Amino acid sequence: MMESVVINVLGLAAIVLTVWWFWLASKGSRQPAAGVDEALQILVKDGVYEPDRIRIAAGKATVLKFRREDASPCAEWVLFPDLEISAQLAVDQVTEVQLPAADVGEYPFHCQMQMYRGTLIVE
Amino acid sequence: MTEKSSISPQTFRLQGVSCAGCVRKIESALGEVPGVDDARVNLGDKTLVVEGSATTQACIAAVASAGYGAEAVQVNARVLRAQQREEEQAHYRQLLWRSGIALGLGVPLMIWGLVTGEMGVHNIAQQVAWGSVGLLTLAVLVFCGGHFFTGAWRAFRHHSATMDTLVALGTGTAWLFSMLVVLLPHVLPESARHVYFEASAMIIGLINLGQALEVRARGRTSAAVEKLLQLQDPNARVIRDGEEMDIPFDQVIVGDKLRVRPGEKIPVDGRVVEGESLVDESMLTGEPLPVKKTGGDALTAGTLNKNGSLVFAAEKVGADTRLAQIIQMVKNAQSSRVPIARLADTISSIFVPSVMIIAVVAALVWYNWGPDPKIAHMLVVLTSVLIIACPCALGLATPMSVMVGVGKGAENGVLVRNGKALQQATDLDTLVVDKTGTLTEGAPKLTDIECDGDADALLQQLASLESRSEHPLAEAVVSAAREKQLSLSDVQGFEAITAHGVRAEVDGKTVLLGNRKLMQREGIDPGKWTEKAEALAEQGRTAMYAAVDGAMAGIIAVADPIREDAHAAVARLKKLGLRIEMLTGDNRATAEAVARQLGIDHVHADLLPEDKEKIVADLQKNHAKVGMAGDGINDAPALARADVGFAIGAGTDVAIESADVTLMRSSLHGVADAVELSRATLRNIKQNLFGAFIYNTLGIPIAAGVLYPITGMLLSPVIAGAAMAFSSVTVVSNANRLRFFKPSQNGGTA
Repeated sequence: MMESVVINVLGLAAIVLTVWWFWLASKGSRQPAAGVDEALQILVKDGVYEPDRIRIAAGKATVLKFRREDASPCAEWVLFPDLEISAQLAVDQVTEVQLPAADVGEYPFHCQMQMYRGTLIVE
Repeated sequence: MTEKSSISPQTFRLQGVSCAGCVRKIESALGEVPGVDDARVNLGDKTLVVEGSATTQACIAAVASAGYGAEAVQVNARVLRAQQREEEQAHYRQLLWRSGIALGLGVPLMIWGLVTGEMGVHNIAQQVAWGSVGLLTLAVLVFCGGHFFTGAWRAFRHHSATMDTLVALGTGTAWLFSMLVVLLPHVLPESARHVYFEASAMIIGLINLGQALEVRARGRTSAAVEKLLQLQDPNARVIRDGEEMDIPFDQVIVGDKLRVRPGEKIPVDGRVVEGESLVDESMLTGEPLPVKKTGGDALTAGTLNKNGSLVFAAEKVGADTRLAQIIQMVKNAQSSRVPIARLADTISSIFVPSVMIIAVVAALVWYNWGPDPKIAHMLVVLTSVLIIACPCALGLATPMSVMVGVGKGAENGVLVRNGKALQQATDLDTLVVDKTGTLTEGAPKLTDIECDGDADALLQQLASLESRSEHPLAEAVVSAAREKQLSLSDVQGFEAITAHGVRAEVDGKTVLLGNRKLMQREGIDPGKWTEKAEALAEQGRTAMYAAVDGAMAGIIAVADPIREDAHAAVARLKKLGLRIEMLTGDNRATAEAVARQLGIDHVHADLLPEDKEKIVADLQKNHAKVGMAGDGINDAPALARADVGFAIGAGTDVAIESADVTLMRSSLHGVADAVELSRATLRNIKQNLFGAFIYNTLGIPIAAGVLYPITGMLLSPVIAGAAMAFSSVTVVSNANRLRFFKPSQNGGTA
């Protein structure tokens, strides 16, 4: 009986934690966006862009530098679908991605399979 | 400037370097820069290669401190591609190794389980034996599957869940449960004391194997870009200070003089300053015949110099060359999204957490309401659901097909701007075609000369007369005389009579050339020639009356000839279900004659340039999906308005910039190729999406045990792992089938 309660409680807790961590908390506890400067490199590694929230100025062309350290094909491309920009990232290299001037707003960027995800905040 | 800290060597172009002394100074200056492992100056091509982790700016500053200039040379696409290939190969081998080691442990364990059925822990000896196997499995998980766990953890910290999350959770759960069985068997019911180490090792092995095969198959999807990169000759022979030297093509600067010998490729875009040769441009324009190039003619990077030696001045280098722009455009299009993928994109974004919830719910159902052994069933279901779900197959379904489809287009001279254009091209039902330059050659030619006497003599007189005229049709008459090598005479008293024709004295005779009104004005009776002129007009030709010394001498006709392949292309487009409408600024009679010959039923004639856009808009108002084929410059507004704009015209810069689809070949066959290709690609995408959806919607319930009442068995996590690993390989392989696409009628491109 005790075993049954423990397993069911653990199962329900796992469901609640999944919903909270991946869907609710991800919206509430966003890390502050990183501003773009000469030194900023976005690390592409282990399924994550780091930093994954990038802040840029509106109405101004910007260059983002991606450093890909993941050799898996997932990490090969970065896409900015709303800006119609994409770039092939070389392994262990810094690849510069030229972004055109954009309006204020949030623009997602991701890999081809949408496993790597990030947000470009234009303000 | 790139503040780059990279393990790959950096190359700089040097200024002011002239002797061995300079080399020593620069090399020793760089030797003092932290992070520089090696610095070598090549005096021949005035370059510096720096190895180590020093930043670009630090290197440039060091060269400047030695009194010279340096400029970073960007790694060219070809080198980058080669590096990429090497990395892929290394990654492929690494995945195979990981797979081999994991399967090396998993397969014997699985055979042991199948043969003996002894996978339980019921005494101390079994605890020790399975404990050792557990530690070995842990080593396999860390060495062969460590990247799944680190990936899952990093993603978790970012509130994100990926395929790594599923693999790590599935294999981790199986291992943890098995270790619980080994260490504390008494806390579990007798029937649940079963270990699943073989499942953990097998899953890791199979997924690594699947990823290795996927890397292999993905490499083939970018074959088209590689072919384009191969067109670029890596070296260029520049003439500097009177000396010829071979340098990498990306070090050529605008204004450099370059020599290309017979059989060599043109390294950058430029203009001939010396020499004469035939150049094969088929790889870029699709035109099968080599083009003669002489002083002042433009040369394009990637084309092949056939028989003569040429010296030319570089006008566009590096990323500005047309070849580089084409490669960039293809690469951009290959990675763009297709609207049809929107649903898959939405599902992908919530897929993994949803699968985690489904896995837990299914496990709880089995625990609470399933048959014995409940705990073992719960674990198998939990692991199988986590492992069988494949976000990769969903995520890869569209991009892989777009990658191959767009690349295949480039191979056939069809440059697609993005995935959206590719999708829209499949739905077109109407194609609006500009006549001049698309259906016709775009340059009027003399088609007929009829007279009672010597035709060449009349042509000589008329060409002499027209040589003074600026009318567009005059050029056709003069060219015809030149082709026949007739020498033109002096002309006296030339007079252009507006809306009538021209008149002058040629060799002492009064020669008139113009329309019927001109003859009436001069009181000359056209007689029998009227009938002949009308017959020519019905064929879409512009007929002109010629009179010499007040008497009719004959008639000539000028026409913009229909392109050789236009008839076949129109027939092909109609077969594809497209309604063809012709647009032209020409008069209705000429337009209808051309339309009749080509089998086009709908003609819009006497148009002003702005009318074309309006016609496209009107068609769209009537719910037509309109494609527009034009030359990309004059038709720009209509091309932009159309659902898909096809710029025909050998890929001018403007066309590449503005059109949805640029056709490298000046032929309407390109539009048919593009439509066929887009339909083939969309079909492939749909197959992939369907496969991925079906796989997941069937696979997850099966893994959750819905077939248990029929089969009496649960799906083994090992089978789930194999299915997951090979589902994404299947998607990539299906996309690769597009590489065998061939247009229904190849109009002559490579």
